[in-house]
Amino acid sequence: MKWNWEIFFDAFPFVLQGLGITVGLTVTCYLFALLLGFFWTFLRRVPSRPFHWFVTWAMEFIRSTPPLVQLFFIYYAWPMIPGVGVTLSPFASAVLGLGIHFSTYIGEIYRSGIESVDKGQWEAATALNFSTYQKWRKIILPQAVPPVIPMLGNYFIIMFKEVPLASTVGAAGILYMANTYGARNWAYLEPLTIVGIIFLLLSYPSAIFIKKLERKMNTRFDKNTILENSQKGAVL
Amino acid sequence: MLKPIVEYKDVHKSFGEVEVLKGINLDIYPGEKIAVIGPSGSGKTTIIRMLMTLEEPTSGDIYVDGKNLWKMEKNGEMVRANEKHLREIRSDIGMVFQHFNLFPHMTILENCMTAPIHVKKEDKEEVRERSIHMLERVGLGDKLNNYPSQLSGGQKQRVAMARALVMRPKIMLFDEVTSALDPELVGEVLEVIRDLAKHEDMAMVLVTHEMDFALDIADKVLFLDEGIIAEQGTAREVIEQSDNARLQEFLRRFRK
Repeated sequence: MKWNWEIFFDAFPFVLQGLGITVGLTVTCYLFALLLGFFWTFLRRVPSRPFHWFVTWAMEFIRSTPPLVQLFFIYYAWPMIPGVGVTLSPFASAVLGLGIHFSTYIGEIYRSGIESVDKGQWEAATALNFSTYQKWRKIILPQAVPPVIPMLGNYFIIMFKEVPLASTVGAAGILYMANTYGARNWAYLEPLTIVGIIFLLLSYPSAIFIKKLERKMNTRFDKNTILENSQKGAVL
Repeated sequence: MLKPIVEYKDVHKSFGEVEVLKGINLDIYPGEKIAVIGPSGSGKTTIIRMLMTLEEPTSGDIYVDGKNLWKMEKNGEMVRANEKHLREIRSDIGMVFQHFNLFPHMTILENCMTAPIHVKKEDKEEVRERSIHMLERVGLGDKLNNYPSQLSGGQKQRVAMARALVMRPKIMLFDEVTSALDPELVGEVLEVIRDLAKHEDMAMVLVTHEMDFALDIADKVLFLDEGIIAEQGTAREVIEQSDNARLQEFLRRFRK
């Protein structure tokens, strides 16, 4: 089989039709995972031993199972469970499956961010009589979030690259479109190459962007960086 | 007769199996300057951390202005204090820590302003003025917009004191505030404390290893040993008149 530019240019717009779904799915899954991650972090902080073990075990279970299996379970098996079974669209199944799977990692990232804040910061906030809400809002989160932003960004890219899994349950992203094109025209080489190129073009610049972000976050309270910023005279 | 602002009544504290404080009875009067000395591990820091509500007593009571700090009344019974109760009483108390604990994401002016504005809901401009004044007083008027990472240890500790003072506490706690400093920076911090002790009418409790300094500024010195207040009195009483052998040995070792 030889490379055929005619097929390439014919397949390109067809495959591109799936880009909206791929990107949309990535963003939706990711936001869902970010939100659910909060939920895990919160649950793990509930001061009850048995509860803590249960939550830790549940997270471990979710992480130790392949996302593809979870996706299949949600899409194919769940509707068959009497009483609680619900049939979901491919898109919703993917959001639920990948969202839950990645939320366990995201939750860990939140936790590492929170734990990276020195215990003395909590104590100083208590000594200044901040309320619990104010402690989180003014003291802890402003220190816990920035260092983990690059890590969260990395998970966005990882999520983007896992989203094609959703094509297995029929979510019509670029991989699904390429497969469909291939099946119709018996030409897989060009459309699948296009898929690869699109992924490369989107994730590589994102990765560079996150690298930059990481450097910025690491030097955020450095003397030199601060000097530049403080010369601008920004107060409060 | 002046009423004590803080009373410890038979306060015990254990960490796991280890009983660190074995019955502390102590009155602190308004404006009184108290130095707590004693060997490390004797529970000095724990005493003031319980007053700052960072550590809960295992048994016994602490009263602030006559109100039980760690217990509150609920349906006619005394129960463990909730956060709301603690917050109410805590507003009279300020603390400076060994490791400064400045907020690294704020300038030093913001460090001073954040609590009065957000906790006490005071007027921002008024707080700004007061904070600047306080930072000038500790000698950092030219660093208002610097971040903590740009300061030396001594400067950081002076900011921490200004930050606590802006809240206008009735009782200020100093937890080994010079222990984490390079020797050449200790003096500047002690000078600020000396100035406060002289001119401020709030009560001060200093946990410290700076023996001569403590004896110099304190109205009352407590010698803590093996979980109890083994000796207390004026500096002169404690140094010259006590026949407590452990205290005498301790003083010999720590005074220059």
